[in-house]
Amino acid sequence: MNAVRAPLRFLFEHAENLFDRIFGPRWNPFSCLGALGWYYFWIVCGTGLYLFIFFDTGVHEAYRSVEYMTHEQWYLAGVMRSLHRYASDAMVVMVVVHMLREFAFDRYRGARWYSWLTGIPTLWFLFAAGITGYWMVWDRLAQYIAIATSEWLDALPLFGEQIARNFASPAQLSDRFFTLMIFMHVAVPLVLLFIMWFHLQRVNYAKVNPARGLAIGTAAMLLVLSLVVPAMSQGPADLAQVPTPVKLDWYYLWVYPLIEATSPLFTWAVLVGGSFALMALPWVPPEKKVAAAVVNLESCNGCRRCATDCPFAAIRMGRRTDDRPFPEEPVVDPGLCVGCGICAGACPTAMPFRRMGELVAGIEIPDLTTAALRDKVEAASRGLRARPRILVFGCDHGAKVANFAAPGIAAVSLPCTGMLPPPFVDYILSRDLADGVVLTGCRNAHCRARLGVRWTEERIEGARDPALRARVPRDRLVRIWTSDKGAIAAELSAFAAQLAALKPAPSFPPADKRRVAEAAGERA
Amino acid sequence: MIRPLALVGQGVTYAIFAAILGVFANGPAYAPAPPDQAQIVLSFTHGGKPAGECRERAADELAKLAPNMRRKLVCPRERVALLVELEVDGKILFRESLPPKGFAKDFPSNVHRRFVVAPGTHRIEARLRDSPRGEGFDYHGATEATLAPRQSLAVDFRAATGGFVFR
Repeated sequence: MNAVRAPLRFLFEHAENLFDRIFGPRWNPFSCLGALGWYYFWIVCGTGLYLFIFFDTGVHEAYRSVEYMTHEQWYLAGVMRSLHRYASDAMVVMVVVHMLREFAFDRYRGARWYSWLTGIPTLWFLFAAGITGYWMVWDRLAQYIAIATSEWLDALPLFGEQIARNFASPAQLSDRFFTLMIFMHVAVPLVLLFIMWFHLQRVNYAKVNPARGLAIGTAAMLLVLSLVVPAMSQGPADLAQVPTPVKLDWYYLWVYPLIEATSPLFTWAVLVGGSFALMALPWVPPEKKVAAAVVNLESCNGCRRCATDCPFAAIRMGRRTDDRPFPEEPVVDPGLCVGCGICAGACPTAMPFRRMGELVAGIEIPDLTTAALRDKVEAASRGLRARPRILVFGCDHGAKVANFAAPGIAAVSLPCTGMLPPPFVDYILSRDLADGVVLTGCRNAHCRARLGVRWTEERIEGARDPALRARVPRDRLVRIWTSDKGAIAAELSAFAAQLAALKPAPSFPPADKRRVAEAAGERA
Repeated sequence: MIRPLALVGQGVTYAIFAAILGVFANGPAYAPAPPDQAQIVLSFTHGGKPAGECRERAADELAKLAPNMRRKLVCPRERVALLVELEVDGKILFRESLPPKGFAKDFPSNVHRRFVVAPGTHRIEARLRDSPRGEGFDYHGATEATLAPRQSLAVDFRAATGGFVFR
């Protein structure tokens, strides 16, 4: 499977690097694929509601009402029709690219199986919603779709009488059929919406709105496209005529040439079999099970930060089970935990300064406990042989930081950079373990653990607990959010030069006096 | 601060995406059938006659049944398969035995097939056997139709109105 993922991943990484330069990390469409899908869905709903006001059900009335909207009220209903069509097409593009990207970056296995599995039925409902929409126009394209779809359905041994008979001649079609179609075209997107909501159930802080600039840009793009190439009908349907040739919307209607080229049953087998194969992907092969986070109640004060910061809703707060005077304790669901360690990074008890007794944080990753991380940091620091001494923290899923090791550079790789509690930066600089600290990881907004980069940034900026203390000299700390080895190497060189030009790091007062001094400073 | 070059890049990206959307939402054209040909659609639903003889239940048989189920005449549920033949200009285009639908084979048989024919005048004949007879047909219909390119002629069957309908 890796042989399939690797080239796709290569393509995505290069495309995303390019888009980072064009749009910036926040507006990069690749970081908002799912959110863009939602955005287009709402555009389709809004425009659909307006079109519904003017749509008439009936063999002749349906086409006439759509023609009225397209030509006589082109400035509003016509534009709405075009927006309705192009936003639907854009939604297909976003959904498919979103799926490919999650596959390429291996974000569909392990605890993420649920989001992947629930994503597959959305494809069926998305295409069904689009096809029923094209049917309602009742032009030559709609006639072809009606005939081909009903023949396709008739291939299944489900219906007593063949549906395709309704379209064999003009005498056989009833106005009531369009009432059924409008019901279908409303009901199917409603089911789609429900499945989309279901799809997000195991994701905390799901991104369902694209960045404002991107939303404005993409809406303007759709509007211009609607004005330049408005959606048009292809002549009224006539069941006494063969609807050929027709201009297909290939985003939704690609299945029909497949049916004609093969057979209805073969197409059913390919699509149903393909869907089940896609649904089985998270287990082919299953992701190596990572050790889930563990709660150490003796150190936990039930502050909720781990539950708040977990990107995968793997931690909930439950009733306290020990006799300590706190109402709640975190409860980890091992089935949802991806082992990113972001919870450990959020824990206020992950204090490397602590020397009294064993260092045990309230919540930890068994594979890399807070004490083990401190040991690792200290060992890395001892290996620094040249000045300026730089300690680089990286993410196992970003660029391999071990490759940057040099006499003056030591690296520590974490499951996610969001696992690093901010006091570690303070600890390293105040204890003179290094002259500077570099935090690097997945490209901004592309974090494998979803929120590791965002939480790290907010903690360092002081916008999120546990915040990096104000006394930490910011010119001795650099964040590099990219997987591009060249870019990291360049930033490291620049940072080394910057550190060399700095005065020696200030010597901090002893811990007990320090707190008093800081408190006095804050009061001032 | 957005750099001017980035703005140009965004504009180009939106333009490319819009072009891809616009082009594939409105084509290329696809011809599911040859545009210079005509079409005959054979499409109907019809239930064959019962596959066996009806018989009268004996008195002791009736007595064993619940009072509301004591119907004297009992007929088999199964229907015979239909034999359908479509002939155009003396050439058999379709000849098939259509089995009844349903687990008990008691639902009507149906057919829906499209045939591409050359435009022009054609003699079209349709035949149907819906009884257990071994040979021949129970219904026969014929017409002469002039079909233009892309014209579609439906061959339907309505037992209540006497048989085949060409429209």
